[in-house]
Amino acid sequence: MEFIRNFPFFSVAVFLFSAVICSVLKPRAARIWTVAAETAVLAFSACVLYYTWSTGEFFRYNMGHFDAPWSNQLRAGVLEGVAATGFSLILLLSHIGGMRYVNADIENKKQSAYCTLLNLIGAALMALAYTNDLFTGYVFLEIMTLSSCGILMIRRAGRTALAATRYMVINLLGSGLFLLGTCLFYGITGHLLMEYIGAGVATLDATGDYAVPLTVTIGLVCAGLAIKAGLFPFHTWMPDTYGTATPTSSAVLSGIVSKGYIFLLVKIMYRVAGVNTEAMTAARHILYVFGILGIILGSVWAMRSAYLNRMIAFSSAAQIGYIFVGIGLGGTAGFTAALFQLIAHGLTKPLLFLSGARLAESSGDSQYFADLQGAAHRNRAAGAAFTVAALSMVGIPLLAGFPVKLYFAIASVQHGILVDAVTLLTLAVSTLLNALYFIRTAIRIYTPSVRPAEKNESQVVIDKKSDPGLAVAAVGFALAIVSLGVFPGSLSSLITTGLSMFA
Amino acid sequence: MKKAKKAPKTQPETAKVSGTAASSIKKWLDFDLDIDSLPVPPPRESAEDDGGDETPLLSRIPKSAPRFVYTALAAICSIVLTATLILTVEGMPRYGEDQDYMDTVTYEYITHGMEYTGAVNIVAGIILEYRAFDTLGESFVLFCAVTCVLVLLRADSADSMPEDVVFRDLSHDAILRRTVLAIVPLVFMFGVYVLLNGHLSPGGGFSGGAVIGAGLVMVSVAYGGDVSGRIVSERVFKIVTTCALSFYCLGKSYTFFTGANGLHSIVGNGTPGNILSAGLILPLNVAVGMVVACTVYGIYRMFDKRSF
Repeated sequence: MEFIRNFPFFSVAVFLFSAVICSVLKPRAARIWTVAAETAVLAFSACVLYYTWSTGEFFRYNMGHFDAPWSNQLRAGVLEGVAATGFSLILLLSHIGGMRYVNADIENKKQSAYCTLLNLIGAALMALAYTNDLFTGYVFLEIMTLSSCGILMIRRAGRTALAATRYMVINLLGSGLFLLGTCLFYGITGHLLMEYIGAGVATLDATGDYAVPLTVTIGLVCAGLAIKAGLFPFHTWMPDTYGTATPTSSAVLSGIVSKGYIFLLVKIMYRVAGVNTEAMTAARHILYVFGILGIILGSVWAMRSAYLNRMIAFSSAAQIGYIFVGIGLGGTAGFTAALFQLIAHGLTKPLLFLSGARLAESSGDSQYFADLQGAAHRNRAAGAAFTVAALSMVGIPLLAGFPVKLYFAIASVQHGILVDAVTLLTLAVSTLLNALYFIRTAIRIYTPSVRPAEKNESQVVIDKKSDPGLAVAAVGFALAIVSLGVFPGSLSSLITTGLSMFA
Repeated sequence: MKKAKKAPKTQPETAKVSGTAASSIKKWLDFDLDIDSLPVPPPRESAEDDGGDETPLLSRIPKSAPRFVYTALAAICSIVLTATLILTVEGMPRYGEDQDYMDTVTYEYITHGMEYTGAVNIVAGIILEYRAFDTLGESFVLFCAVTCVLVLLRADSADSMPEDVVFRDLSHDAILRRTVLAIVPLVFMFGVYVLLNGHLSPGGGFSGGAVIGAGLVMVSVAYGGDVSGRIVSERVFKIVTTCALSFYCLGKSYTFFTGANGLHSIVGNGTPGNILSAGLILPLNVAVGMVVACTVYGIYRMFDKRSF
């Protein structure tokens, strides 16, 4: 066996081991160690992606001396490689970009714990990307839930405890439903490995045995993961959560944690429950409806927000809606659109949170739009980064958001007049709403400030504090967004290849 | 859709501030409209209570009957979910009903489990050999939980324990002290037994660790944190947790690596039934047990005194 086939396992193990190590290191050492681990895993993931793409084959990896179906197993194909690479890149950049805020927001004694939790999130994401076993998926789902609560409440500021509690309750509801679903899958098929459950489900679907348990199981799993991902109407934790956490936490939670759940859901649809079994088709249609509602209402709430973080958070609810619309549309086109959006939004949202935090900092630590006026003049780099991300969210060509909308439009035209009309109309309305609030924000930060405090001064106060970490992260994210916008075909062809390997 | 209901309430105020809706939209786009003075987004004070108007759905419920509506909705959801699950259970395969394809995995575990893993206790064989990756994840769930509790409850310089919170201090209760003194050695011994015999008899790392952790909690309750702190100080806690988890992580990684690559593992299975048998299961049980004991005790101390 080629050595490179160990890399998926190494990705998980490196993060787990460095989580343990970080808990006893001094804060500075823990930070350096964590960034090193994130970089190493990014390299591993990129190698796996390249390897699976160049050989055109997926591979399985037995966790131990026993063959399937007796033991746990990992599996890596192009899609797993894409997800792992995307997740580790976003994790690394979000961590580097928000490091100065982490240092300021979190007590020094707890910084090592913060690094530990980030490592655990990384391990969970890698495991969710690569696992071929439903129960392993559940175990790492729990690690992800707990550690995301940890990185939320580690900042002692105002509402974080409330936000974390709310996040915890909704997430545990999702976990509970997913666990029930997993148990029922085991009960009706006798397996936990995805292919074997998949084969069992296909048989049951054909024969019609255990129809009620099968339907309920699929419903529970879909509902559980959709709740955890924050699909409307279970997005109510988002504004407080993203609004009060330290920027790195917001970036990690919105950029990758919710995406990890969705990736697992897509995996289950393709490899466990079957995309086109009767029950799954029904479940996908329901997800589609909630996705459409989420897109519109998320945007409406975002427009009504009085401060920046909250607006970005509500726009997340809308963007998660897009992914579920893609899943609901189904077919290769629909899933390609959904997964493209998963990566594109994962790259854009952290940049919004990080540059937004910088803009707020140069406006006297205020997230209120009134105070943000002219922020882009006080800090030009952050303003530029925010504008790139905001325009991408709107869907301006040459940025990552444009191909997303294009793919959704393409995916929608194969589904008859009603779905077609609803999807296209929603896309149009949502683009309009996005443009209204994002471009308005961009204009606001570029409008010279008229606040009384600064009227007396003849010049704009330029925020000169240097933040090399944020600069690196912003350049990285912006490059990724632009290259996705200019060459969308490269990613979408990877996704299509990956989806064909999935089945 | 729900916004329409909202409109009448906010319209008059909007009008007061900025004239007609059309002009306020124009102002909104020109940002002449002072957003803070708009009635729709809540001012900072009202945002403190429950997200104010921006919290969707629930906040739309009339203020007079929110608790009732909430309770009713919750009850309906619970009843529907319960009914669905009962219906599901009704449709599940009966216990012992013959379904060949469902029993492949369990049959293999029962017939060959002892032979392949060397563990007489098949459950230990399953969780620490066949499905060791899941168990590795589970022990990291514990680690994650204790890290979160430390983050949340650890008394830091900024906020110490509020003065008015008085915990019932039982450490001067003579009856409790004598009883604990008599019981604790047995509890520890039982815990160690469960831990070390995990591969031979029912038990293992999780249960043995929980027993030992309970023993530590008893000492802490009866004699106070100073005495139990002499057994498990913060330093000991960190060293034990780190060493045990590192050992688990590295040891199991070795098994996974050799297994997946088809290499020979230097860890043999020994003779099933001997105390030194079943490969890595015994040391892994000890490692898991230590993590569990430390977690149970650590979480108790954090809730009790917010420090070790």
